[in-house]
Amino acid sequence: MTVNQISVFLENRTGQLADITAVLSENQIDLRAISMAETASYGVLRLIVDDPQKASAVLLEKGFIITMTPVEAVLVPDRPGGLSELLAAVSRADIGLEYMYSVLDRGSNAYMILKTGDNAKLAEVLENNGFRTVPEQ
Amino acid sequence: MERYYQPEIECASREQILSWQNERLVKQVRNVWDHVPYYRKKMEEKGVSPDDIKGVEDLHKLPFLTKDDLREAYPYGLLAKPLGDCVRIQSTSGTTGKRVVAFYTQHDLDLWEDCCARAIMAAGGTNEDVCHVCYGYGLFTGGPGLNGGSHRVGCLTLPMSSGNTERQLQFMVDLGSTILCCTPSYAAYLAESAIEHGVRDKLKLKAGIFGAEAWSEEMRQDIQNKLGIKAYDIYGLTEISGPGVSFECSEQTGMHINEDHFIAEIIDPNTGEVLPDGTKGELVFTSITKEAFPLLRYRTRDICVLTREKCSCGRTHVKMSKPMGRSDDMLIIKGVNVFPSQIETVLMEQGYPANYQIIVDRVNHSDTLEVQVEMTPERFSDNLGKITEMEKELVAALKAMLGIYAKVTLVAPKSITRSEGKAVRVIDKRKI
Repeated sequence: MTVNQISVFLENRTGQLADITAVLSENQIDLRAISMAETASYGVLRLIVDDPQKASAVLLEKGFIITMTPVEAVLVPDRPGGLSELLAAVSRADIGLEYMYSVLDRGSNAYMILKTGDNAKLAEVLENNGFRTVPEQ
Repeated sequence: MERYYQPEIECASREQILSWQNERLVKQVRNVWDHVPYYRKKMEEKGVSPDDIKGVEDLHKLPFLTKDDLREAYPYGLLAKPLGDCVRIQSTSGTTGKRVVAFYTQHDLDLWEDCCARAIMAAGGTNEDVCHVCYGYGLFTGGPGLNGGSHRVGCLTLPMSSGNTERQLQFMVDLGSTILCCTPSYAAYLAESAIEHGVRDKLKLKAGIFGAEAWSEEMRQDIQNKLGIKAYDIYGLTEISGPGVSFECSEQTGMHINEDHFIAEIIDPNTGEVLPDGTKGELVFTSITKEAFPLLRYRTRDICVLTREKCSCGRTHVKMSKPMGRSDDMLIIKGVNVFPSQIETVLMEQGYPANYQIIVDRVNHSDTLEVQVEMTPERFSDNLGKITEMEKELVAALKAMLGIYAKVTLVAPKSITRSEGKAVRVIDKRKI
């Protein structure tokens, strides 16, 4: 299914990340997945949380620059080659991946968060190939 | 033994120098009045006519010229000769991106090169020397000026221009360069590279003439020790001619101003009042021999001190200290004039907010420039490629405006300190 990911601009400065998690903590927001992309001079923090609306509101209020990005969350079969099968299906459908990262749920199931230019097509391909997406946030 | 290019001028009596200045100033003011309507208007506004100027003692009656005048009069407004009589243009950057252009007749070039020849001979240059010029050639006056001066002295001249350090070192070794002309930071870099490449002992250098940027006494010692040379300072500005307006002699205690061509004054930058010798203030020049581009009372914005104490070298011309600062916000970075307003112009054009900070530092004797600019919600994207692309565009636009590389750093919104009222735009960490 499609979930709303929050991307936050990160200045290259000690304590930036801690400032963000402090805001989330103060507001009782539960982190589901977290990933960071960085260059030598700045970074982008990507978050999946239990309440994206509330999280974005409190981050904005604290002056952070954010953007919401729809991404696909999909269950990865828990066996050797599980991820390979998933990516092979995406590749066969000629869908380009911008980035992906992984996350475990409470039951130790592994999920991949996928970002592509065409979410609808990706969802269709995943479903047609028998992959299970995440039921709810 | 001290050597001179034009001993009868460089060691002339003070009376003789004053007499040249009086005669040339009166003639020049008349010339400008007749041929430069822009300045004539300024004189009329101040209620001064050429008849009021009978000698140097009347100089203070004339109106000042500033870089803003040069911009307003760009390109031909301060020209005193028909273009047909001019043979050269040199240029430097202006306050908001519009460049300053200066014109030269052949006679102007001859006098400028004479001034540079005086500097080279003061550094011990003779026709036996190999003069290695790695100032930039082109619109920048550094290369052309020292190149011309080197010819006049009769040195074997190597017009290297800047860059390509390995080739610089190879030519120095293979062709036996004895005098090095470049910015002090490049000299320090060359010294380190020579040691790194193991060619330090193969160099035949004996002197260096280093200018176009501020450098400290410690840096001089460092360069002198590393290269085994004597390092001389040289000063100049495109508006007045270029390098060689003043130069250091063997005493190394200030730069002799070529007073037969340029009258120097020190003023209070706030009131414009002329200050006595030995007082710190803004340096003002009047060109009394220039034909094409004769600027009267041009405010350099450089803060320094003049001294007329007798010099052991035998020269009688007034000495100026190294510039100790600026009375405007111009920065000199890698020998290039940079105004914060130029950076602001680029940021605005590229759609960035006006909140920025300029950080200048000196790393391994080389200046660095960093522009910190705040990220905005409109420009932010989850896509790193897009942000990096935006960053590259800004770097390219800054390079096009300033002529030098500036590192761009995107910072969090509202992270740039806003002090009460006025923002601190420039942080200069260089210790000069």
